[in-house]
Amino acid sequence: MNIKRLNWPLWTGFLLTLAAFLTYFFIFVWFPFTRDFPWANLVLFVIAGALLFMGLRRGFASDRPHPVRSKIVSSLVSVLSVAVFAMFVFVIFFVGRSLPAAKGAPQVGQRVPDFSLPDTSGKQVSLNELLTTPINGNAPKGVLLMFYRGYW
Amino acid sequence: MGIRPVAISIDTPEESRNLAQSQGYTFPILSDRNAEVIRRYDLAHTGAGIHGEDIARPAEFLIDSTGTVRWINLTENYWIRARPEQVLEVAKQLK
Repeated sequence: MNIKRLNWPLWTGFLLTLAAFLTYFFIFVWFPFTRDFPWANLVLFVIAGALLFMGLRRGFASDRPHPVRSKIVSSLVSVLSVAVFAMFVFVIFFVGRSLPAAKGAPQVGQRVPDFSLPDTSGKQVSLNELLTTPINGNAPKGVLLMFYRGYW
Repeated sequence: MGIRPVAISIDTPEESRNLAQSQGYTFPILSDRNAEVIRRYDLAHTGAGIHGEDIARPAEFLIDSTGTVRWINLTENYWIRARPEQVLEVAKQLK
């Protein structure tokens, strides 16, 4: 392929858009600093957007060897990239916030209701046992209950 | 530290055992298959499971030895979670 003909800003911008989307879930979500607010990914999206803008201009330039094809390809790639960005915003800021309010959850200062559930060996374990069974010979100072969605 | 971490989800004991083995977790992981305790704590995310079942929304409670809640984290956004140092800060005050 002739490097002069290749619309490299367009394709780099597109690949960077995909990277900006995927790196959140595979890399940045593991670090609180880049997870709680996805600024690193938004930076990547901005750079991708600038490249795509350059690519669009190049695609619509009058000196393209295949002007019609070039316009169509650069437009489609740009639209697709915007869709990927919109999807990212939707997943992080809208889907992520669709959690129930849990207004009836135990509050600070309240006693929590006791319960009994099977552990990984199927043995029933009660909260009272968890609060009293010694850790390394000492009575525990407390229990950190972590509810999570599952499917791991 | 003297704080016992305990995880709860609707996963079966077997699924939780696989999780513990793959991640090297040694703390208790409890199985609330029908989300009964999850509902009692008002933490059910209705119909949000893969097969439309009720699952737990993410939530953390630090409970002292008398069974009293000392700290809660009910995140409003799935992607924003408590940081370990937040819990450790409160845990230091427990006797």
